[in-house]
Amino acid sequence: MTGGSFGRLTDRPASFLLAGLRVIDPNDGTDAVRDLAVLDGFLADPARLDAHVERIDATGLVAAPGFCDLHTHLREPGDEGAETIESGARAAARGGFTTVCAMPNTDPPLDEPARIGWVADRARGASCRVRTVGAVTIGRRGEALAELGAMADAGAVAFSDDGAAIPTPRLARAAMTYLAGLGLPLVEHAEDASLSAGSVMRAGPTANRLGLAGWPPSAELTIVERDIALAAETGARLHLTHLSTAAAVEAVRRARARGLPVTCDVTPHHLALTDAWVAGSRAFSWQEPADDAAIEADRAYDGSCRVNPPLPAREDALALLAGLADGTVDAIVTDHAPHPTQRKLVPFDDAAPGLVGLETALSLGLAAVDAGMFGLARLIAALSIRPAEVIGERRSLAVGQPAELVVFDPAARWRVEATDLASASANTPLLGMELPGVVRLTVAEGRITYRVSS
Amino acid sequence: MILDTLPAAGERRHLLDVDRLERAEIERICDVAVEMREARAARAYRSLLESETVGLAFYEGSTRTRVSFELAAKALGATVVDLGVAGSSVGKGESLVDTLRTLERTGVTTVVLRHAASGAPYLAARTTGLAVVNAGDGMHAHPTQALLDALTLREALGALDGRTIAIVGDVGHSRVARSNLGTLVRLGARVRIGGPPAWVRGFEGRPGVSVATSLAEALDGADAVMTLRVQLERAAGGGVPSLREYTRRWGLDEDRMRLAAPGAPILHPGPTNEGVELSAELANGPRSLIGRQVENGVPVRMAILALVTGAA
Repeated sequence: MTGGSFGRLTDRPASFLLAGLRVIDPNDGTDAVRDLAVLDGFLADPARLDAHVERIDATGLVAAPGFCDLHTHLREPGDEGAETIESGARAAARGGFTTVCAMPNTDPPLDEPARIGWVADRARGASCRVRTVGAVTIGRRGEALAELGAMADAGAVAFSDDGAAIPTPRLARAAMTYLAGLGLPLVEHAEDASLSAGSVMRAGPTANRLGLAGWPPSAELTIVERDIALAAETGARLHLTHLSTAAAVEAVRRARARGLPVTCDVTPHHLALTDAWVAGSRAFSWQEPADDAAIEADRAYDGSCRVNPPLPAREDALALLAGLADGTVDAIVTDHAPHPTQRKLVPFDDAAPGLVGLETALSLGLAAVDAGMFGLARLIAALSIRPAEVIGERRSLAVGQPAELVVFDPAARWRVEATDLASASANTPLLGMELPGVVRLTVAEGRITYRVSS
Repeated sequence: MILDTLPAAGERRHLLDVDRLERAEIERICDVAVEMREARAARAYRSLLESETVGLAFYEGSTRTRVSFELAAKALGATVVDLGVAGSSVGKGESLVDTLRTLERTGVTTVVLRHAASGAPYLAARTTGLAVVNAGDGMHAHPTQALLDALTLREALGALDGRTIAIVGDVGHSRVARSNLGTLVRLGARVRIGGPPAWVRGFEGRPGVSVATSLAEALDGADAVMTLRVQLERAAGGGVPSLREYTRRWGLDEDRMRLAAPGAPILHPGPTNEGVELSAELANGPRSLIGRQVENGVPVRMAILALVTGAA
């Protein structure tokens, strides 16, 4: 794939005309082929644009509100060999994201206002907007609440001890009670550590065959049910992140039916990949699996398939896809988790969990759309306006709004190659695979942050 | 491309697993092992592997497996180097891949790898040019143990077609049991597994395998019985409340063995906990094939080394 060029939020606001593209704006159900104009960083009426403004033939392309990732690991401070705010923001721009939410499990963790401010300063002039998620507890140790209000004042948009759940019901209740007062969501990594201890992949026939310790779905469900009960009791906004099981999605569906303020997200890899990938399969969840007894010796036990929560059983992935289709699942988040090669080229038990996802999220979503799992407008809503709402951001393609958009070619295909990725890491089992969907242009706050010139 | 099936002569291969070994390949390995046993007694084939350097990389403690690989390699004239993992740079945090690549550069041609992590031999095969022999990886596989068990059973029972082999104990955590399921079913046997629920979970529905919920059901008419070492930490980890309770419900002795077919032999991969998973009387009595299993270790490993290096 030809590389594009990156811009920054501190660049001059852009002006251009995109001619003849399909504009999809889930805010009002817009789905029409028309022109889209940007003048000095704001969406404008194409008819009123000067003749000297650059005109781009965009036939066959799709314009959508800029994507918002609620769950991104930028690794800075502390692990700059894996990723930096700069490189992670570029990966985001290349993936069509205009906002990423930096998770607090850095070293040191983002558990006090000065560190929230430090990230914001570092991110000034990056290739996308970087918001911060503050830690719920001091040091993410799960013992005492951090200064949530002060961090909110410093710019934190949500709170999470991501990497772990709030360990005890009592502390979770205290956190949610306090957050209800702030009006900000708890982003919960739903995993009961006592149930999942020692596990490295999803429990099931594949784990059994591979001799790998299995993660039981109850590890997720017990925290989901606990937190829903606490949300009902405290009135806090609960956002359950990277759900990976049918049972958890069903619990959210029931909570929403009761009118509780519960939202949730899933990752592209939990939608599209399955636990069979650990045995070497490369079939997407919606494809009929091949002979499930086979271990592909070339690819089995690949550390790039180690992720937490682990890649789901196929029936769970299908339930996540259905949950996204019916709206129970609000958002798709990447859980972009960069790691250098040396943390992945080790026995599976020892591999660091996580995979990079900013640059492949749209493509996996489009592959699901191509397979008929849900419509394109639903995919776009789950990548843009729905996650943006969770953190109080607005996205709109209406005239007069700040330009905050992505333009992509849904039909073009590209091969995922480590050397092409803008991220500083390339830990993904998708390397070498050909995927649909190429981002051609990303615009954040009226500035071009990524562009492929054709 | 990694080839984990064995082999036309003259090509370097791996033995990572038993899952892709066809019945004919398992039988050929047993045949070559019998030939190797005779050769060893006659001090033949003493230079078959003289151009090979075999590295023993045992990241987990082992006596019988490591010693039998070393004797097998030396009996065929290979140069043998024991990595002595505990005392080497490996303990200082060098990665498995770096260590094996270093071994390869020093002239090692075949590595015998024992590792606590399932799948480590696959990583070794993917990232080096070494021939890789899996000497036990995590809970996943112990192919040479399963092959020597197959040879031992074949010599005790004849063909295994239609025979019922019971495997009793912590099947779920056992690489020996996993590999035995693969080879025994491939050889036409029916395998019945039995143990506390947490230790036999997940095997339902495997072709040729049934799960027994009591010792009596597991043993009922079995043509041979294999029991596994019960590890104290596994018991404490929730499989059973105590070793005493395990022995009460699942421990084997002469009396209980009467539920099996008359004269049915008992096997154990060792080391045994006499008085826990089986009685001393049973382990050392006429039904016991435990000594034969150990004896077959060297010739089976001679066969494997000869086959993966393309010498046989």
